Amino acid sequence: MDTIAAICTALSPSGIGIIRISGEEAIAIADKVFKSPNGKKLCDEESHTIHYGHIVDDEEIVDEVLVMLMKGPRSYTKEDVVEIDCHGGILVLKKVFNLLLENGARPSEPGEFTKRAFLNGRIDLTSAEAVMDLISSKSEMARKNSVSVLNGKMYEKIKSVREEILFFIAQIEAAIDDPEHMSLDGFEEELNGKLQEIQAEIEKLIKSYDSGKILKEGINTAIVGKPNAGKSSILNMILNEDRAIVTEIEGTTRDTLEESFDIGGITLNLVDTAGIRESDDLVEKIGIERAKSAIEKADLVLYVADSSTETNIIDDQIIALIDGKKSICLLNKSDLPREMTKQELNAHFEGSTTRPVFLYTSAKTGEGKEELFETIKSMFFNGEISFNDELIVSSLRQKNELVAASEALKKVSESIANSMPEDFLSIDLMSAYASLGEIIGEEVSDDLVDKIFSEFCMGK
Amino acid sequence: MENNKNNLIIETDVCVIGAGHAGCEAALATARLGFDTVIFTVSVESIALMPCNPNVGGTSKGHLVREIDALGGEMGKNIDKTFIQSKMLNLSKGPAVHSLRAQADKANYSHAMRETLENQENLTIKQGEVCEILFDEDGDNKIIKGVRIFTGTTYLCKAVIICSGTYLNARCLCGEAITYTGPNGLQAATHLSESLNAMGVTLRRFKTGTPARMDKRSLDFSKMEEQKGDEKIIPFSFSTNPEDIQKDQVSCYLTYTNEETHKIIRANLDRSPIYAGIIEGTGPRYCPSIEDKVVKFADKERHQVFIEPEGLYTNEMYVGGMSSSLPEDVQLAMYRTVPGLENCKIVRNAYAIEYDCITPGLLTLSLEIKGVSGLFSAGQFNGSSGYEEAAAQGLIAGINAARKLQGKEPLILDRSEAYIGVLIDDLVTKENLEPYRMMTSRAEYRLLLRQDNADFRLRKFGYEVGLVTKEQLDYVLYKDEKIKAEVERLKTTFVGSATKNQEYLESLGSAPLRTGTSLAELLCRPEITYENLSFFDKEREELSDDIIEQVCIRIKYEGYIERQERQVAAFKKMEKKHIPENINYDDVSSLRLEARQKLKLFKPLSVGQASRISGVTPADVSVLLIYLASIGK
Repeated sequence: MDTIAAICTALSPSGIGIIRISGEEAIAIADKVFKSPNGKKLCDEESHTIHYGHIVDDEEIVDEVLVMLMKGPRSYTKEDVVEIDCHGGILVLKKVFNLLLENGARPSEPGEFTKRAFLNGRIDLTSAEAVMDLISSKSEMARKNSVSVLNGKMYEKIKSVREEILFFIAQIEAAIDDPEHMSLDGFEEELNGKLQEIQAEIEKLIKSYDSGKILKEGINTAIVGKPNAGKSSILNMILNEDRAIVTEIEGTTRDTLEESFDIGGITLNLVDTAGIRESDDLVEKIGIERAKSAIEKADLVLYVADSSTETNIIDDQIIALIDGKKSICLLNKSDLPREMTKQELNAHFEGSTTRPVFLYTSAKTGEGKEELFETIKSMFFNGEISFNDELIVSSLRQKNELVAASEALKKVSESIANSMPEDFLSIDLMSAYASLGEIIGEEVSDDLVDKIFSEFCMGK
Repeated sequence: MENNKNNLIIETDVCVIGAGHAGCEAALATARLGFDTVIFTVSVESIALMPCNPNVGGTSKGHLVREIDALGGEMGKNIDKTFIQSKMLNLSKGPAVHSLRAQADKANYSHAMRETLENQENLTIKQGEVCEILFDEDGDNKIIKGVRIFTGTTYLCKAVIICSGTYLNARCLCGEAITYTGPNGLQAATHLSESLNAMGVTLRRFKTGTPARMDKRSLDFSKMEEQKGDEKIIPFSFSTNPEDIQKDQVSCYLTYTNEETHKIIRANLDRSPIYAGIIEGTGPRYCPSIEDKVVKFADKERHQVFIEPEGLYTNEMYVGGMSSSLPEDVQLAMYRTVPGLENCKIVRNAYAIEYDCITPGLLTLSLEIKGVSGLFSAGQFNGSSGYEEAAAQGLIAGINAARKLQGKEPLILDRSEAYIGVLIDDLVTKENLEPYRMMTSRAEYRLLLRQDNADFRLRKFGYEVGLVTKEQLDYVLYKDEKIKAEVERLKTTFVGSATKNQEYLESLGSAPLRTGTSLAELLCRPEITYENLSFFDKEREELSDDIIEQVCIRIKYEGYIERQERQVAAFKKMEKKHIPENINYDDVSSLRLEARQKLKLFKPLSVGQASRISGVTPADVSVLLIYLASIGK
């Protein structure tokens, strides 16, 4: 395969940037631009060694670098790989990259390094997807999950479920062709029992998808409330937390500025809804419209009410808007004399189909802060998740295959309940087997490979 | 042969080598499609010989016979003329595994087929061993020119179909007694292998075997279970009128081996040619000898033994389930431990037979051999086992030889269209290490590949090829319309909850009705038959049994059929991803070495076929898909 190159680190004004090259010509191309003080060529060096030197454009020194040499197959792609640690900032990084292109490398397509690793048999499909997740994961827990999938835990899990299914298929098939030596006495009870176990495992993985998505992307949280309820101060209460701010992203798909916070391993994407930090003289109608749009996109709504005043018409409008959403109602300003209790506010939710959790908070004293974080965590993870041994499905493709497998297995149970002859059971058992196989790449459908790798982002 | 002065030359279109079940179908097909055909046999008396079991059909093999018939082959018609017992197997299971099996009068079967061959226009029977295949060379390719027989006579032709069965370098083993003959002591073919090897068609050794035949008068049937035929006989052929073949049937008998039998076998394993290492060929796993069964299923206390008549006018009885290559003294002792066989007299000993067959990777899906234009092959030569498997391949090889001469595309059935498709794909794509026997479990889409709908699946192909008449095709179309109309009518005719209706259902042990239940919904209840529906549906049109059967299957199993059709759609997508003939696998850089070698050897036509080659992993298939996408751009 031809030789590809990519800038692997973010183009930010950080001190260091890495360029990776992979392919047959990787070392030869690097040799064309790299000059070591002792004049030794990279192609003469041992694999898995680091070399100090300079990137040169003809005679002109472009950057001072460290070069890592990994010869195939002992590399990420199983091809010859060279990584160049540059030190000169964005412009220099781009200059080095262009030099490599001029010397025969081509820019990698999205996900191409991982695609090569997969195609060269270095990683299985679930691992490949995990790499993708790893790159885009925002929080510590998401990262841990990706690493665990990358280590093949998902592969092992799916494989063992498939083997169990295959065992039953094999029994049915053998009994059809060799009824003399293969009896299916008691087979259906055994299968039924096992099906329930398998279904439970698959259901657990399917349910983990929502958690997985949230782990990967964070919880989109909208803070709403009427003017002066203390939205800004609630935001500040979270902002002023000593927990680290993870990133600050200029929303590209979102139309508002968003800030991400890590609360105990989970990312909270706080959507700064219109009017919240701006002046109160904004027309309320526009404020409501903006809030409405923010609520629609949110996984979680923090509804801030002022417990030191009575509710008014705007509260009722907001309550109507957040119906059906996961929401937490913060009765803020709890340090002031209380004019409104949880019970009183709850009464306003009479017409709603969902009820929020009610908390007293004080942005001023910090009351309710810990309780708020704990509530958020338990709302999304039911307090059940422990990230050391649980697997989380984070790709929609995997989830869809799991759902298909689960539905096929339900059909098997139905067939048993309807006393269908055993040979009918194998139709849906085979379907489930195939769907699970697609997750780990043991079954290949024509669009599978493209589907996966087109989702990859640049870099890896 | 060097001194042979015979230089007689005869011209024809097609030469078929061998007149067993494959050869007969192949020769009939090419002759019926208008090509002058000569069929060679070492003995005219052995045409369509059944040297092993005296029956046609059985699990999954019955499907093959139905498919052969739907395509315009002969086997189904021939067994309908000559059966002496008929039974639909597996009726307690789903319709996918129902399978027809008929006991044949062996002599009649053979005679009837010979009569058909003798009276077939364009077809000549010739007794004589083919010793050499003649060809021209055109660069790397060889082109068939003809065959030469033992007498020195040359037959010039454009296509040759090898259907040599177990005759190539055959060797029969009965314990220490070894003879270099074909089955039943018939002359083996000892020259052709050399000629094939010389032209690059490499061969390997396979082994199969047959049990003893016993004198009926020496058996005690009172100690066995009688196995009768079906009361209502269903014909194999779609062209046979069921009413014409209802007749008195003979019985088979079931008995069992026991611990004593197994003891004798175990004590003498060192005298079995297989276990003593004398047999080099690999035997069929699914049609094992009694020695194999005793070794493999060591914990089984007994094995079934079927005693089946070899015909109406002979006392010979076939001892099904106990094929063996043990010496005669051990055979007799072992058979005599079986209840009912205590005083048995053996007419013909059980024996194993070893023969040459083609090595994997040389066949194509049209059954033409790679690198030799016009050379086709079928049957045991291709590594299969069984009469029906042979006949199916013979028919396809015959059709495709004819189509080649017509300048037409070959007929290739895929795995979702026919058991024949599964059979040939497996023979061509897999490295079978033992004689390949058709089995239900080999067909992935068997709910769609039923024996009852072979005409719906294949008549159209038979018609296109020219072996099926317009009337036969039209009948299928007529049937299909009738079935669709009746299914629709049953779905849209509703039954009321009147008391008499409820009482009737109760009498059938069925739950009471709610209003607005359709006849189709009622039919879905396992305890309700189409016959029962007439109670609610007095005015309905009388339909023939074959139509009613299809109506019931389409309604009762609708959901399953739809799901299987979805699986087929996914399968077809991969089958339609064609691999260009001129692909250079060395250009596909990420393929593993083993996969690259296998792909070069087997030259699959599609990605689907590639994925079934052993040694080609899913990751290799992904690599191939990406490569094909990249060159397609």
